[in-house]
Amino acid sequence: MNSIATDEAVRRRDDSAVLRIAEDDGERLEAEAGTSDTSMVMNMGPQHPSTHGVLRLMLEMEGETVMRSKPVIGYLHTGMEKTAETLTYLQGPTNVTRMDYASPLFSELAFSMATEALLGLEVPPRATWIRMLMCELNRISSHLLFQATNGMDIGAVSMMIYGWREREEALRLLETITGLRMNHNFIRPGGVAADLPDGWRDEVLTLIDALPARLNEFDTLLTGQPIYRERLQGVGVINTAECLALGVTGPILRSTGYAWDLRRDMPYLAYDQVDFDVVVGTYGDCFDRYAIRLNEIRESIRILAQILHQMPSGDYRVQDKKVTPPPRARIDESMEALIHHFKIFTEGFKVPAGEVYAAVESPRGELGCYMVSDGSAVPYRMHIRGPSFVNLQTLPHMMQGGMVADAVAIISSVDPIMGEVDR
Amino acid sequence: MTDSVLHVSRDQLTETVAGLRDEGYVSVLDVTAVDYLEHPGRTDLPDKVAPERFELVVTLISHTAPGRTRLRVQVPDDDPTVPTLFDLYPGTEALEREVADMFGIVFEGHPDPSRILMPPDWEGHPLRKDFSVGQIPVQFKATR
Amino acid sequence: MKLPLLGDPKAVIDQGLEGVDHNFVTGKLEDLVKWSRARSCWPATFGLACCAIEMMATGGAHYDLARYGMEVFRASPRQADLMIVAGRVSQKMAPILRRIYDQMMEPKWVISMGVCASSGGMFNNYAIVQGVDQIVPVDVYAPGCPPGPETLMHAILTLHDKITSGEITRRRDETGAGANLTVDQRDGQTSTGVVIRK
Ligand code: SF4
Repeated sequence: MNSIATDEAVRRRDDSAVLRIAEDDGERLEAEAGTSDTSMVMNMGPQHPSTHGVLRLMLEMEGETVMRSKPVIGYLHTGMEKTAETLTYLQGPTNVTRMDYASPLFSELAFSMATEALLGLEVPPRATWIRMLMCELNRISSHLLFQATNGMDIGAVSMMIYGWREREEALRLLETITGLRMNHNFIRPGGVAADLPDGWRDEVLTLIDALPARLNEFDTLLTGQPIYRERLQGVGVINTAECLALGVTGPILRSTGYAWDLRRDMPYLAYDQVDFDVVVGTYGDCFDRYAIRLNEIRESIRILAQILHQMPSGDYRVQDKKVTPPPRARIDESMEALIHHFKIFTEGFKVPAGEVYAAVESPRGELGCYMVSDGSAVPYRMHIRGPSFVNLQTLPHMMQGGMVADAVAIISSVDPIMGEVDR
Repeated sequence: MTDSVLHVSRDQLTETVAGLRDEGYVSVLDVTAVDYLEHPGRTDLPDKVAPERFELVVTLISHTAPGRTRLRVQVPDDDPTVPTLFDLYPGTEALEREVADMFGIVFEGHPDPSRILMPPDWEGHPLRKDFSVGQIPVQFKATR
Repeated sequence: MKLPLLGDPKAVIDQGLEGVDHNFVTGKLEDLVKWSRARSCWPATFGLACCAIEMMATGGAHYDLARYGMEVFRASPRQADLMIVAGRVSQKMAPILRRIYDQMMEPKWVISMGVCASSGGMFNNYAIVQGVDQIVPVDVYAPGCPPGPETLMHAILTLHDKITSGEITRRRDETGAGANLTVDQRDGQTSTGVVIRK
């Protein structure tokens, strides 16, 4: 396979991995298909059980072998970046949380961090640690979702049942804390929406006590299973140079043996105060990506155990009248508090003009939020750099020369969440 | 950790990015744009940079000395073209297509200039400020 | 008078086909058809966004859609009776949605899951179709963002009731429109924990 990082000319050639035909260019499609007796352009998706929602692929095939391919996206384009320009900074997390619906708390976190950077706010320690707690729980549920869907795509349907069973545990905990199973809108500029409920320690402990045994079951079921390994090992190989050139982050980059994790290398929140390992792979194939995600669950459990010990007391949001609504109890007694509450939720708060980029390590890679403020109460421009969006570009390179049956395994191992690809 | 910000002109863009690449900036993380149509009095530009309607924002990351650099490029309304960064970082392909789709900025030399998010026959560029949000009034009515 | 084997005759009649495993009844063939339609209502996989994740969770072990004979999500619209539109429908997706609906065999039903599919939800903008009922006739609207598995099951059961009573099929035959039912949100009703085994 040619290394896209070094050879600039190869990427533009017609036999590079990417099929560059516009999806409505019927003439060109026919012409391409007619060039050889054996090759044809095939369509996969957008309604296909293993394309994780609404991804569409155009595959140029030679018999059963995939030559060039092109992911066609946009079927879930929701105009969220446009909508964000009409929502105040307090309403913003409601919007961004619906982007990456498998790990919604990370988009909220990136959005909040960007807003806080513009405001120059310092978040209280307890809020920081609650955010970390929530994010790691969310990472677990997201990776469990991957295990379920990956198993299903490969044909290990029982894995789907197990993955959902475990995920349900994590979701129940998230529901206890935030009130919702998904799309929590829990992390907001200035802190989090509510303090942790009574008994959260026991709940988290129950979860992290039970999960390792379940993960070992996954190991028994999948990791050592010859059929499963056969389907994943050596499939969809990509190397470090290609990943970096394509801007890929997260488990795909780490699967090539390159240890890059924002939590360790550019720490945010309080990740510099907890101890964890960055899991890396060796070969950069589908199996490595599976194993990395499985072991990242274990690392997250380690982090959770430390958070349980180190959780500080104090406020769960900043006590800054400008961004924080008054406590609920005060609203019943004081007219001023009521007005204050009303103003914050209708007009929002003004944010100083400027532009900023804040990024977090989501389960899929670097999730960044670029925000421009013009000094009013709504963002002038809000852009989310979605890791899946960029990571999807690896598909043609991973699939080239492989069998069409492997395409499913490869898409699944990229773990794209289309909501965040299309936004 | 704050990111460093560089203001470059369109002609210097490719050169600057190539220079940054040699300095160890391994990836382009993000390419996006802002339409400053409704924010004319902005003050965050240095004196020598004349504000234009569009601004292209390119974010690069260095792993050796962990840090990000943001390039801000002014793009005029009457000639919204910029050179593509595809040859330097192939990962900008989808990102540039998105900017082209959403803002109508043309990337010269881009290998696949088709629309990426909107349907191919869509008219207009949604994230431009003069493209309306397209809200329709909500009517509340009894359901049965 | 009590029949020794069948119990109270009135109860037998009330149970109708539900009691078929311990009763012997005579009935109309039409009832049997309606009953079996409701009991093997296979959904098409039509996951679009966040709601799809909840739809899959409903099919998972904890909520167990298999109880209603619905665990097989068919990938091919040709083999499906029910389309659960789970998520927001973009302008680009709308024609595809319609095409898939057209490919499904009669009789077919549509559940609009979540506020996005039902009305556009919070995304009142250029990209999202403001209500999937502009494209296909909707039988049941499930509210929520996302509707929890409990709400989705409530919607499904409501649909089953209507299929069993035959009302919905008649209306479809006459007007071609969906039943337009709205169900209540029922989230969190089974949020009791699963017993975790070490
Ligand atoms: S209703 Fe809510 S959960 Fe469902 S697709 Fe829309 S935003 Fe997502």
